[in-house]
Amino acid sequence: MTFGAFDAWWWPYLFILLGGWLATDGWRFLGVYLGGKITEESPALVFVRTLATALVAAVIGNLVVFPSGALAGVPLMVRVGAAAIGFVAYLVARKNMLVGILVAEAVLLAAVYAGGFLD
Amino acid sequence: MADSSSHTIHRASDYRHWFLKGIIGAASIPGLILMSAFVGFAGLAREAGLSLAQTVFMTGIIWALPAKVVLIGAIMSGASLPAAAFAVALSSVRLAPMVVALVPELRTEKTRPWVLYLLSHFVAVTSWVLAMERLPDVPRDMRTVYYGGLGGTLVVANMGVVAVVYVLAGSLPPELSAALLLLTPIYFLTSLWSSARETASHFAMGFGLVLGPVFHVLVPGFDLLLAGLIGGGGAFLIHVMTERKVRQ
Repeated sequence: MTFGAFDAWWWPYLFILLGGWLATDGWRFLGVYLGGKITEESPALVFVRTLATALVAAVIGNLVVFPSGALAGVPLMVRVGAAAIGFVAYLVARKNMLVGILVAEAVLLAAVYAGGFLD
Repeated sequence: MADSSSHTIHRASDYRHWFLKGIIGAASIPGLILMSAFVGFAGLAREAGLSLAQTVFMTGIIWALPAKVVLIGAIMSGASLPAAAFAVALSSVRLAPMVVALVPELRTEKTRPWVLYLLSHFVAVTSWVLAMERLPDVPRDMRTVYYGGLGGTLVVANMGVVAVVYVLAGSLPPELSAALLLLTPIYFLTSLWSSARETASHFAMGFGLVLGPVFHVLVPGFDLLLAGLIGGGGAFLIHVMTERKVRQ
C-alpha cells in the first residue's frame, strides 16, 4: 500500500486523496463545524502544535541528512552548514525569513562551486 | 427583480471590488515567501518521483504546505497509505483551531454554511495570517468575498508556480538543482521557528530535526510518526512541567 505499490494510473491520485486531502480538509471542515467552541489557549492545542512542529521538523531533518537528487551529491557537512548558517542569519536579522533563505542558498552555492562537488 | 435592480447592481460592483482587493492582497511579502516555498516544493515532488499532474493536483487539493511536505516525506520513506495518512492527519490537526478562529471573522448571520466549508479549504498558515490581519478592515458582509479572492489567488497562483518550476527543474544545472532542493528545509527551519507561539514548539522543532533522521535509519516507514509523537510529546511534557513551576 505504498505510493508506488500499484501500477494503475489512478492509484497515486487515490493515495493523495486519502493520505492528503482527507487528512487535511477533514480538520478544516471540523473547524467550521465547531465554530467558536474551542479556544487557542487550551493545553490540548499546545500539544497539537508541538506534534505538528515535531512532525514537519522530522521531515526537514530527513531532507537535509538524507536528501535526494543533486543535493545528495553535496557533502553532509555542507548541507548542515548551509542550513545552520542560514538559520543563524535569520535570527540575527530579527527573524527575517528572506534573509535566512538567501544566506543559506548563497552558502550552499558558494561551497558547491568552490568545492566542485557536483562537477 | 426590477424594483431592486439598482440595489443589486450596487452590490454586485461591491462584491467585485472586494474580490479584486482580495486578489491584490495576495501580492504581499508573506505571499512572496510562500511562492519561494512552492518553488522548492515543486523540485522536491519531482525528486520524490511524482508526475507533473500529481504534483499540481496535490498542490490544489491539500494546499497546506506542511501537510504536503509530510506526505512527500512519507512517500519517500516508503510509508504505506495508512501510515502516511496518519502522519499527515497528525501534522494537520492545527488547521481545525485555525479555522475555528477565522470563521467568526468571516461570517454574518446570512452566510450559508457551504460557503464557509468551501473557503475553509484555503486555510493554511500564510492565507490565515493575512486574513486575520486584514479582515478587520473589510466590511463584514464583504469578508467571505475578500477571503475567496485572497485564498483562491494564492492557491491558483501557486499551482501555476509549481507547474512551471516542475518543468524547468528538469533542465537545471546540478548546482541550481541542489539549491532548489535546499529551499524546502530552509523555508521550514525559519517558518517553524517564527510560527512557534511557545518555547515548547521550539523544543519540538529541535527534537523533530534530530529524531527524524535517527528513526529514518532505525524504523523506516514509521520515522515521521514516531519522531512526531515522541518529539512533540516530549516538548509538550516540558511545557506542562515549566507551566507548573511558573504557577508554584
